[in-house]
Amino acid sequence: MTTSHTLGPVLDTTRAPERARVVEPLLPDLLLTQQHHMCPGCGEPIAVRGFLEALTELGVAPRSIGVAGIGCYTSFSSTMDVDLVQALHGRAPSLATGVKRMRPDAVVFTLQGDGDMVNEGLQEVIHTAARGEKVTCILLNNGVFGETGGHMTATSVIGQRTKSSLDGRDAEYHGYPILIGDLIARLEGAAYVARGSVHNAGAVARTKKMFRRAFESQIRGEGFSFVEVLTMCPTGWFIPTGEGPGYMTETLGEVHVMGELKVDGHVRTTEELHAENVARQAEVEAQLAAGGVRE
Amino acid sequence: MTATTTAGPRAERTLMEGSEALVRAAIAADCKFFAGYPMTPFTEVLEHFARLLPDVGGACVNAESELEAVGMAWGALATGARAATGSTGQGLSLMQESFSEITLAELPLVIFNMARGQQDYYQATRGGGHGDYRHIVLAPHDITEGVQLVQLAFHLADKWRNPVLIYGDYLLAHTQEAVAVEPIPYPSLPAKDWAVDGTASGSGHSRGVTPLGVAKHGQRAFGQEGRAQYAASKIPFMEREVRVETAYLDDAETVIVAFGTPSKFVRYAIGRLREAGHKIGMVRPITLWPFPYEVVRDAARGANVVGSFELCAGQMIDDVRIGVAGQAPVEFLGGVSTDGSGFGVGRLLDVDVIEERILAVHTGKPLGIIPGTDAFHYELAAHQQEATP
Ligand code: SF4
Repeated sequence: MTTSHTLGPVLDTTRAPERARVVEPLLPDLLLTQQHHMCPGCGEPIAVRGFLEALTELGVAPRSIGVAGIGCYTSFSSTMDVDLVQALHGRAPSLATGVKRMRPDAVVFTLQGDGDMVNEGLQEVIHTAARGEKVTCILLNNGVFGETGGHMTATSVIGQRTKSSLDGRDAEYHGYPILIGDLIARLEGAAYVARGSVHNAGAVARTKKMFRRAFESQIRGEGFSFVEVLTMCPTGWFIPTGEGPGYMTETLGEVHVMGELKVDGHVRTTEELHAENVARQAEVEAQLAAGGVRE
Repeated sequence: MTATTTAGPRAERTLMEGSEALVRAAIAADCKFFAGYPMTPFTEVLEHFARLLPDVGGACVNAESELEAVGMAWGALATGARAATGSTGQGLSLMQESFSEITLAELPLVIFNMARGQQDYYQATRGGGHGDYRHIVLAPHDITEGVQLVQLAFHLADKWRNPVLIYGDYLLAHTQEAVAVEPIPYPSLPAKDWAVDGTASGSGHSRGVTPLGVAKHGQRAFGQEGRAQYAASKIPFMEREVRVETAYLDDAETVIVAFGTPSKFVRYAIGRLREAGHKIGMVRPITLWPFPYEVVRDAARGANVVGSFELCAGQMIDDVRIGVAGQAPVEFLGGVSTDGSGFGVGRLLDVDVIEERILAVHTGKPLGIIPGTDAFHYELAAHQQEATP
């Protein structure tokens, strides 16, 4: 079977699009300018920027320690100006446990992809959450192994085309995706669980708030906190870069529903989150009609 | 090259189970973190750490599996704390992936293997993980020596920024001895300026502990290959840490090589044979890696035969052969020896059996099969089948 695509114009990434305007200082405190290896249109750097800014804003930058898993974001380990321990696939939550037990005053977070966390390291993140370990695990979920070139992971949704499910993920043949955020929210040791996204400016702002709340929860010593971020991987999805955000909300976003899954001990269902998102959308549209959105 | 000596001034001794003594030795060496998953005969090491570490401001996590245990120790080590994990050979098999990476990341892990016999020799000395790596392996022959070697392990791990493994067994973990656990003073080591504590975050010079060779800002980038090369370049230097004990070698016609707790039984048997006039000597590697090749080479010079006694199908015998370098025939006189429960304390730890086998090697007689072992039953079953018309 062969498929052919008409490739769109090559995006010029050397300068900002005309409509872009500066809303934040260009370089967050904890990010160093250095070459990186991310593809244009990748959602991961936006998420990384989000939690680095949250750490700075909370004033905990000089006592934060990260543990990075293996994935495309690993190339950011030299760019993030944060003390960092490099782990293998799946192991980051265990390493973070050791770090936190020896440095209880540090703000400890992990950075993992879905292949890393939900495939190879599922039991580690589950147990770390169940133990109520006072660390924050951050999941960059794009539904594929981006670094290897776009293979199916445990979070790939039904129908999703990947290099190892070329005709789309088939439940009969490949099984069902794991909604990791929902799973973790039900664990007693998890204090704060949220699922954000980086597909548009509003989502980015909302996700940054989630990072802040997760770190605040850790600082208050409430237990395990978890932020899942749906990110674009146009390369691994085999779609034109510009279609990334739309593809993401239509596929991953429909199944891994965004919102705060657990706050103050209250677990929200998918239906509740849906309703919340619809209401939020209506509110934003009303604000837009009235002249603009304030976030 | 040194042999361990008994601790200096006699301190008050207490009758103590080996597991507890080893754990107290680790704490005397300032171990602050331990994580493990219970498995016989290692379980009590975990129990004693769980009981004793919180009292000294440390933490012991009852991990959900060996994978998590080694990961937790990895994280604790990255902060500069002295940390350890352990298991029985089976559990260490699960940890191998992390051992490889921890070695590449140059973290000073101490590993307790309370093995079910001596069948983990290859695993301990050759590893089972990916990449070029070596771990210093210390094999105490009793609890008193174990107390010293555990403290040495923490020192060597920090000195070389490389994992060190304690090769113990059922007897070391579960028997009792009157021991005194006192901190051994070692020369001070450079501060761990590589460790992460979070304070460098946001300074432009944040630190990274990594097996990948990805450098933080201002650090030299190794790249994966360079990282591996750097870690491997320490091996020839670590080889100087060889430790060995010898006995009755001066006039020995037969040399027996044995390690760990069984070596104490072997030594006793050789003592009895010496009294009966047999010129038998002994080499006991205290470090299984680096292996005392030179000592074995010197001992083999002039000997008629060299025997390798080990409770497995013959693994150390490879190292014995390398050491002997063809100067004398090398005979294997150990074997897989298990009791009914399978923990490696079977007939081959019977001094009479050991004596008989050493004598057979010494006098050039066939070793024969040990009654009561599986091999014996297989042979018996085969004969029974033959007799059937
Ligand atoms: S492969 Fe996908 S996840 Fe990796 S950098 Fe490219 S877009 Fe991002």
